[in-house]
Amino acid sequence: MTTPTIVLVGHGMVGQRFLESLADRGVTERARIVVLCEEPRPAYDRVQLTSYFSGKTPDDLSMVEAGFMEKHGIELYVGDAAESVDREARTVTARSGRVFAYDALVLATGSYPFVPPVPGKDARGCFVYRTIEDLLAIEEYAKTATTGAVVGGGLLGLEAAGALKGLGLDTHVVEFAPRLMPVQVDEGGGAALLRTIERMGLTVHTGTGTQEVVTADGSVTGMKLSDGSELATDMVVFSAGVRPRDQLARDCGLTVGERGGIAVDEQCRTSDPAVFAIGECALASDGRVYGLVAPGYEMAQTVAATLAEEAGEGDGFTGADMSTKLKLLGVDVASFGDAHGTAEGCLDVVYSDSRSGVYKKLVVSGDGVLLGGVLVGDAEQYGLLRPLTGTVPPVSPEQLVLPAGAGAPVALGPSALPDDAVICSCHNVTKHAIGECSSLAEVKKCTKAGTGCGSCVKVIEKLLPAPADKGLCGCFSYTRSELYEIARTLRVTSFAALLDSHGREAARGGEGCEVCKPTVGSILASLNNGYILDGEQASLQDTNDHFLANMQRNGSYSVVPRIPGGEITPDKLIVIGEVARDFGLYTKITGGQRIDLFGARVDQLPSIWTRLVDAGFESGHAYGKALRTIKSCVGQTWCRYGVQDSVKMAIQLELRYRGLRAPHKLKSAVSGCARECAEAQSKDFGIIATAGGWNLYVGGNGGATPRHADLLAQDLSDAELVRLIDRFLMFYIRTADRLERTSTWLERLEGGLDHLKDVVVHDSLGLCDELESLMAAHVADYQDEWAQTLDDPERLRRFVSFVNAPEAPDPSVRFVPERDQIKPDLTILTLGRTNSTLEGASSR
Amino acid sequence: MTTLTTLTTTTLEISPEPGSWVTVCEEARLTPGRGVAALLPDGRQVAVFRDRSGRTYAIDNRDPFTGAQVLSRGLVGSAEGRPFVASPLLKQRFDLETGRCLDDDEVTVPVYPVRAK
Repeated sequence: MTTPTIVLVGHGMVGQRFLESLADRGVTERARIVVLCEEPRPAYDRVQLTSYFSGKTPDDLSMVEAGFMEKHGIELYVGDAAESVDREARTVTARSGRVFAYDALVLATGSYPFVPPVPGKDARGCFVYRTIEDLLAIEEYAKTATTGAVVGGGLLGLEAAGALKGLGLDTHVVEFAPRLMPVQVDEGGGAALLRTIERMGLTVHTGTGTQEVVTADGSVTGMKLSDGSELATDMVVFSAGVRPRDQLARDCGLTVGERGGIAVDEQCRTSDPAVFAIGECALASDGRVYGLVAPGYEMAQTVAATLAEEAGEGDGFTGADMSTKLKLLGVDVASFGDAHGTAEGCLDVVYSDSRSGVYKKLVVSGDGVLLGGVLVGDAEQYGLLRPLTGTVPPVSPEQLVLPAGAGAPVALGPSALPDDAVICSCHNVTKHAIGECSSLAEVKKCTKAGTGCGSCVKVIEKLLPAPADKGLCGCFSYTRSELYEIARTLRVTSFAALLDSHGREAARGGEGCEVCKPTVGSILASLNNGYILDGEQASLQDTNDHFLANMQRNGSYSVVPRIPGGEITPDKLIVIGEVARDFGLYTKITGGQRIDLFGARVDQLPSIWTRLVDAGFESGHAYGKALRTIKSCVGQTWCRYGVQDSVKMAIQLELRYRGLRAPHKLKSAVSGCARECAEAQSKDFGIIATAGGWNLYVGGNGGATPRHADLLAQDLSDAELVRLIDRFLMFYIRTADRLERTSTWLERLEGGLDHLKDVVVHDSLGLCDELESLMAAHVADYQDEWAQTLDDPERLRRFVSFVNAPEAPDPSVRFVPERDQIKPDLTILTLGRTNSTLEGASSR
Repeated sequence: MTTLTTLTTTTLEISPEPGSWVTVCEEARLTPGRGVAALLPDGRQVAVFRDRSGRTYAIDNRDPFTGAQVLSRGLVGSAEGRPFVASPLLKQRFDLETGRCLDDDEVTVPVYPVRAK
C-alpha cells in the first residue's frame, strides 16, 4: 500500500489549524502532507495584524511553533501558489512548475479584499489591508503622506483607520452605510462608536459612497464622494469587505455559489468528493460564507476528522456563532447571538450613555431567554453574556446592562455560568475545563483558552482562585497608591510613623524592608519636594539615590549629567571629555541623548561633580525613579520638514520636570513633525509637533514590553501642553503602583484612556487644580541635588570608601583596558574568599 | 517614634579575630537603617549597620553573589522580627545576626562581633 498524499492549498490561520488537527489525530504519521503557501511567510495571526503597528514584528505574529513542520514531516512550500488543479489526474500544479499528485485536496485559500470598481483605484497611493506585505507598503508610503482615507467603516476599515492615525496621518473614514460597523452593531451602537471615534480626531463620512479616486501624475491626490464633495488625501486604503478566493475552484469546474464561495456540504466536501474547502473561501452548507476565524477552525477540524476517518454521525459543520468582540481604536465593540433582534416577538433592553460613549443592548425573547446583544464602549460583560445566550439569565436583563453602582444590586459573576458554558469560543473550551486549572498560564497551556482573540481572559481570571494579597510587601498590606493617599491626607512625613501606624501588625516597630523603604521614600519626596538625603529620608533611598549615582557590577558608579533636550555646547562637551579623561572614566553616548561616565569610585564622586557643577551641569537623575531625559529631534530651526521648535520645547519641559520623583522612571521626547525622529510615541509622555501646535501621547514604552503611546490630546498650545502634562504626571504619581511604568499603569487603569482623558482633560474628578498646584510646588522647590550636596560638608561625609580610612581607595574597584577605554576587572572580584561559616552573632 | 539619642561620644569597634578589636567610627556617624564600610588591617572589608532601635551589627562587606564589596551600601530591613540587609546589586537578603542568606540556604557571609566603647 502506498502512502496517501494530502495537499493543502493556502497556509493561513485556518490552514495551520488544519495541519495541527491532522497532527493531533496522527494523520501526519501515515500520510504525506504538502502545503502550498502563496505569501512569503508561513501562517501568521491575521486577526492581530494591526498590532504590527504597535510594535509586534512579523515573527511575533507567526502561528507556527518552531520546528512544527519538521517534527511532523510536513512539506511546506512558502511563496509558491497553486496555479491549477487537474481533478481527473488528481494533481495540483504550482507556480514554480512543481506538480503534486493528491488523494485528498484541501482548499484554504481565504479571501481577497473587495475593491470597488471606481476610476483611479489602481493609482499609486491606493492600498488594501490584508497581509503583512500590505502593511509594510502602507507604512512606507505614509512616510511621505499627511492625510489618509479609508474606504469602508466596518471592522477592518476601522482597524486600517486606526493604523493610519497611528502613523500620524490626518485620517478619514468613508462608509457607504448610514453607520459604522453596520454588520455587527445597530443604529444606537453605531452612533456611540461614531462619537468616540470622532473624539479621537478621525473624520467619519457615513452614508457616503466613493465615486472616484482623483490622481495627478499617477498618484492619489484626493477622492470624489457621492455627496458631490471632494476630499484631499495622499493615500486611500480600500477596506470595503472581502470576497472568497474561489478562482482555483472555478477554473477546475467545482461548484461555486452565485455570489462566490466554494460550495461545500456539512463535511466541507466540495462537488468533488476528493476535494474539500475550509475557511473564508468556503460557502457553508447553510448558505453563508464565514469571515471569522472561529468557524474556519471548526471547518478545519471537521475535515481533519473526516480524513482521519474518525468522524461519526452528526459531526460536521452546520453553521457557526457569529459573535465577535474586538477593540477598535481602543474602543470595545462586541456583538453576539441575534444582535439585530430579528427573531419574532423579541424585545430590547437598552442602556445608552453618550457622554462616555457606552451603548449596550440586549435582545430577549418574550419568555426571558437572552437571544443576543450589542456592546459598544464597554464590553466587559461579553465573556459572560455570550455563554448565557440561549438561557434565561439568573438576574434580570436590566441588571446586566446597567453600570456597576447605578442601581445594579446584583453583580453577576462568572460563577453564575453553567459548567458546560463555552468560555473561549475560539478554542471551544468550557467553564468546567478551565476549573481544572489553577493559573492563567496553566489554562493557556492545557486548554489553549485565551490564546485566540483573548476576549475571554478576564472571565477566565475570575474563574481562577483569587490572587494573593496585593499589599506592597511583607510590611504593608496597602498598595503604593493607597500609601500615597494615606501620606498625603494624613500629612505623614516619616517612614517610621507610617510603618508604625499603617504597617502590618507584625511589621510595626520594625525596620521595614528593601521594597517599602524606597517606595515610601519616593512618595515622601513627591509630596514634600525636599532634599532626599537628610534625616530619616537618607535611610530610605536605594543605594543609587543614596550616592546620587548608579552602582555598576563591581561596586563603582556611573555619572550622568543632565543635558536637557540633548542640546550641548562645544565648551560643555569639552568639559565632559576632560573630566572623563582626568578621572579615567569610560564614556558612552546613551539612547536618551546624553553621556554616561562609568567607573567612578564612591570617593571620587564629589570631585567629579565639583568640576561638572562648576561648568554648569546638574544631576541627570539617572539614579532615581524620576524624570530621565526628554529627547528631541533638531526641529524647525534646522530641519526642512519641521513645523515647531522641538528642541526648545524639550528643554523647557526637561527643566520643568527635572528631579520629579515618581513610581518609576519617566522618559519623554519631542518630535518637530509627524516623521517622529525623536520616537516620542515610545515614551511615557511624547510630544509631536503639528502645524497647529502639539499632539500629546502618553503611556508609551520601549524596552522589553514595547507599547505605542496613546493620543491624549491634539493641537495644543505651549501653555495647554504644559498644563496637561502637569496633570497627567501628577495623576500618575498619585495612582500608580510601585515600579509601574505609565504604560502598564494605563493598561491597568479602570476605564483606560477614556477615563484618563475624563480626569486630566475634562477634570471629571475635580482634581486638576490640586494636581497643577502639586506640580507648581515641585517646580518652585527644585534644587540640584549635587550642588546641594557639594555645598554641605556634613552631606559630603558619606562619600568615602571606608569610614575608618577616608583617604583609602577601595582596592576591589579595579579596571582593565578594552578598546582604548576601561572596563571592570572582574577577576579581582572572583578571587574573594570562599564563604566561611558564621563566627557568632554580634550584639551590644 | 523612638530613636536612641547618643549624648556622649561612643566609639564602635569590631573584632576580626578573637581577642583583637579594630576601631570603626563614632556611633553617631551611622544613620539608623544604613551601613558604612570599614577596612581591616589585612585588607578585608566589613559592613557595619545600625537599626532603628540602636542595635549595631557587622558582617563581611563582600556580596558573595557578585564578588563586589558593596553590602554596606544595601538597605536594612526586618523580616519576622530579624534584621537583614539587602544587597544593592541583585537584592539578595542577609541576616545581620547570623550572616545567613535568606534567599539561598547554601550561602552565608561572615559576621563579626561589634561593641561600643
